[in-house]
Amino acid sequence: MKVLTANRLTDGEAVWFSPGKFWAETIAEADVVDDKAGEAELEAAGKAAFANNEVVDVELIDVELVDGDIRPIRLRERIRAAGPTNRLDLGKQARTAA
Amino acid sequence: MYRYDEFDTDFVNARVAEFTDQVDRRLAGEITEDQFRPLRLMNGVYLQLHAYMLRIAIPYGTLNTGQLRMLAHIARKYDKGYGHFTTRQNIQFNWPALSDIPAILADLASVEMHAIQTSGNCIRNVTADHFAGAAADEVADPRPYAEILRQWSSVHPEFSFLPRKFKIAVTGAERDRAAIQTHDIGLHLKKNAEGELGFAVYVGGGQGRTPMIAKKIRDFLPEKHLLSYATAILRVYNLYGRRDNKYKARIKILVHETGTEEFARQVEAEWEALKDNELTLPEADIQAINAYFAPPELTARPEGDQAVKLARLDSKSFADWVDQNVITHRHPDYAAVTISLKGIGEAPGDASDSQMEAVADIADQYAFGEIRVSHEQNLILPHVARADLKAVYDALVEIELATPNSGLITDIIACPGLDYCALANARSISVAQDISTRFADLTRQRDIGELKLKISGCINACGHHHVGHIGILGVEKKGAELYQVTLGGSADEHTSVGEIIGRGFGPDEITDAIETVVETYLAQRLDKSENFLAAYRRLGPAPFKEALYGGEAKAA
Repeated sequence: MKVLTANRLTDGEAVWFSPGKFWAETIAEADVVDDKAGEAELEAAGKAAFANNEVVDVELIDVELVDGDIRPIRLRERIRAAGPTNRLDLGKQARTAA
Repeated sequence: MYRYDEFDTDFVNARVAEFTDQVDRRLAGEITEDQFRPLRLMNGVYLQLHAYMLRIAIPYGTLNTGQLRMLAHIARKYDKGYGHFTTRQNIQFNWPALSDIPAILADLASVEMHAIQTSGNCIRNVTADHFAGAAADEVADPRPYAEILRQWSSVHPEFSFLPRKFKIAVTGAERDRAAIQTHDIGLHLKKNAEGELGFAVYVGGGQGRTPMIAKKIRDFLPEKHLLSYATAILRVYNLYGRRDNKYKARIKILVHETGTEEFARQVEAEWEALKDNELTLPEADIQAINAYFAPPELTARPEGDQAVKLARLDSKSFADWVDQNVITHRHPDYAAVTISLKGIGEAPGDASDSQMEAVADIADQYAFGEIRVSHEQNLILPHVARADLKAVYDALVEIELATPNSGLITDIIACPGLDYCALANARSISVAQDISTRFADLTRQRDIGELKLKISGCINACGHHHVGHIGILGVEKKGAELYQVTLGGSADEHTSVGEIIGRGFGPDEITDAIETVVETYLAQRLDKSENFLAAYRRLGPAPFKEALYGGEAKAA
């Protein structure tokens, strides 16, 4: 399973492409695909958004579903999705705690 | 300290205007990311995991209080209330919006700071001994020469697109606190038999995936030839350094592959051709730059000895702090103070906006308005009257920056690691926090004695793990973090690269492993005067391997 992620051009915020065809600020809103056709669709959306100067560093990443939550396979992507592990008051994790 | 002249001011302002226009055009979609990326990197703007990162140069680690207050202001207004001091004496902000960076750079320019050449294949911020101008063992202040190198290397047309980045460090004392032998060029300022100033020149040191100790290619270079000789080195490197392979592009590889003798011959030949041209430094120019670094007028404060004596009797915690974080100054009534940014369990090198402002206030009141950033990620007050040490200590306690651990096992260098950095493979900060918490007890730390523990979250080695007495390198193995331990590294005048001790440890094992290493040292040392590094050099890796891996080590 994969989701499409990037950083927003204006402020660098980590974002994920959502089924609503916009760049969401949390991974929970990401569009999860599990076949080649879905991946191709996401990649095309990423290329278009990059060309349109909305986002940079566009990448398809591997995820799994854990109790219905989207969880990236790599720690790097889990930290991107949550925030620094030493500062729970920063990043996306700070929003859910609030 | 150095003050911008008209040329410097115009140059920095022009660069701010230029980059502001480039950001505007990028945000308007008029230039692509591929076009913009090299431009933003030239101005210190990286993209990391959560956001952009802005790396700001702190030339030779010297700040005045106005500059430190501006860094606090930037942290508060544009970032998330803190900054991260780095192993290159710089500061990084981890959360700025690209759209705010022109305003940040304009604010920085107003206090004579910038982010130019903090990235890219150019000559980076020149670093120096953080006790420069204060240390009792110093021959001369290395910072005027670092400043001369800064002026020469700023947007140097010939050296702006080198094969790879290039780092220069300068020390003015026999005891090397600037890690010069781990730099592309290391300069040791000293006097010859005639009492003239000059440099021992080291070339080809570096860390990263291929750690190398710099080779001395000249024992004494008269000071006036600093720029012509540096030019000769850079020319040889620019001509012969590899551009086909990023991992073999640093000058350390060129020196290694060419051979030190032949490399030195090439440099000397190049230098012969240009040594008495316009690059020769006129004595008047050296004096003019030196004048900027004239030490503050240190009036006699002989009451300091008695004041410290009484305060020590009154407060054990003050006594501990003086013993650990205060060093001898060249003036007997004064001291140099290390402000530890390594609170127990804290992220190494981080300081909040209010802490930065408070340190600026303390420096204004008690330390002639001068602050240094050390490559060990601490702040320094270089000139404090001993009579004022208690007041400084009390003020630092107020802002939780009085941790008495300078040079001890919890004074850990750590890169930002996978919590922030796009290049990292594993976390560094969390490991530092765990180890710091495990060894929190000061009595235990002081019993262990001097121990430099350095952690990098990837092979690029920003956390200097190769030269830690104990080094930790985080790698990613099968999707999980794994930490390799190296022992016996050192970044002083007897620089050595640590040896990998064996298989790595998981995040839940690494602190135990470090404790095992430390306990092995304690059991094996001759006595307390033999520090960890000396004991390791005497014992070699065997007892540590045995303690860490037991029978497994024998089988292997």
